[in-house]
Amino acid sequence: MMAEYSAFSLLANALKGNKDWKPAWRKPDPKASYDVIIIGGGGHGLATAYYLAKEHGITNVAVLEKGWLGSGNVGRNTTAVRSNYLLPANTRFYEHSMKLWENLSHELNYNVMFSQRGCLNLAHTPAQFDDYARRGNAMRHLGVDAELMTPAQIKRLIPALDISDSARFPVVGGLMQRRAGTARHDAVAWGYARGADRRGVDIIENCEVTGFLRDGDRVTGVSTSRGDIRAKKVAVAVAGSTGRVMQLAGIETMPIESHVLQAFVTESLKPFIDTVVTFGMGHFYMSQSDKGGLVYGGDLDGYNSYAQRGNLPIVDEVMSEMLALFPGLARVRMLRSWGGVCDMSMDGSPIITTGPLPGMYLNCGWCYGGFKATPASGWCFAWTIAKDQPHDFNAPFTLDRFHRGLVIDDKGQGANPRLH
Amino acid sequence: MLITCPYCGPRDVIEFTYQGDGNRERPDPASQNFEAWNAYVYDRLNPAGDHNEIWQHSGGCRAHLRVVRNTLTHEISSVAFVRGEHTSTPRRKAEGKS
Repeated sequence: MMAEYSAFSLLANALKGNKDWKPAWRKPDPKASYDVIIIGGGGHGLATAYYLAKEHGITNVAVLEKGWLGSGNVGRNTTAVRSNYLLPANTRFYEHSMKLWENLSHELNYNVMFSQRGCLNLAHTPAQFDDYARRGNAMRHLGVDAELMTPAQIKRLIPALDISDSARFPVVGGLMQRRAGTARHDAVAWGYARGADRRGVDIIENCEVTGFLRDGDRVTGVSTSRGDIRAKKVAVAVAGSTGRVMQLAGIETMPIESHVLQAFVTESLKPFIDTVVTFGMGHFYMSQSDKGGLVYGGDLDGYNSYAQRGNLPIVDEVMSEMLALFPGLARVRMLRSWGGVCDMSMDGSPIITTGPLPGMYLNCGWCYGGFKATPASGWCFAWTIAKDQPHDFNAPFTLDRFHRGLVIDDKGQGANPRLH
Repeated sequence: MLITCPYCGPRDVIEFTYQGDGNRERPDPASQNFEAWNAYVYDRLNPAGDHNEIWQHSGGCRAHLRVVRNTLTHEISSVAFVRGEHTSTPRRKAEGKS
């Protein structure tokens, strides 16, 4: 009997000293072969396994994770969920994700604490406000909610925000997506893991892929730290490690750089901010966790890194940005900081595709924004693996778009591995 | 992270601007080789380990530097001037000889 959670089980286990909790998923040894192997036991890999089993009836599946489940970016992000993009390909995909988020706790019977508290992008110049109006209109055109807010409305929503004319960057307005919000990131990994496990998927932790088994060009399995495993289809969903894993398959270059992104949390405060707010004159975003800590982050450190830890200049920059918006936080203590390795694509948009080798499927290029994409990424990747062709939602997210002039450059900034 | 500029000595990373992957080869501006341009603009080696990259000491002597840095540990194993890489005989020196 695997773990079920209820008020009764919580009470019963509390009275028994919490000694009888059952694991939420099995710890199986790898079989000799599977129909599908998914490399990477993060949010996207686990969601892919879940939707493969649930939507497509493919249950002879293994998820291989080099560390422990959820040890990568699914447990390192700042938990924001939104679908406020400009370009139709991104808007449609992330809005599909938003709709899956809205039903996710019910779907998984696991409380992912999805809280639609809104996401507000602050504008600090009239031109930026016009640009937000354009993006808001583009969103509404595709059926996504968006509304412009005045400084007075913003002040009512976030009293602690400095909107005075003497602020370093005065606020002239904002773009709000009310349906955006946050979710409990670990619960997303655990919920998908339990859901996949119950449908027969083997989740194999501490199993690092060290090479690919090949029959000519075709990928026929993987060698791992726990032996060779064969599979009809091998799917790669390894985020920041994409370059490393693809090199094992003989793909030397990718339109991706791995960069470190830091995140921070303060000591717990009383309710301070009940939305997600982003700064328009730099790169800063903040929300408040249910425990009360302010969770926030900023820009990449800016150089290639696989280190999962960053340097001090960006810490200084992020704190300065926070104080430009919220001078009242100057004496709040920072509790923790950490870093995650982001797979930064050259146009800021993801890749979910068949190939590039026969028998292989690729999911990468999530930049900063992989967490909010988790449900749709898994849903679309499962579709692509099961049917050997992309769904309409992920058809634009090819690997060869960079070489065919079909980039999805939401920022309109040209090739740069350091976009949103 | 400290980078030891060959001109200025060891300085904090905040004085430097990252200019990216130093392995890329820019095609001749007149080249119409799309493959080569595509590779230059989009494709990256992205190694986990020693990475050959270009930094500029923008807050110091402004020299462009070729740095070999480990992307797993941030350890820097070599720093050298980029200048002089592309012409084995600098023009002024050649003129001085004649």
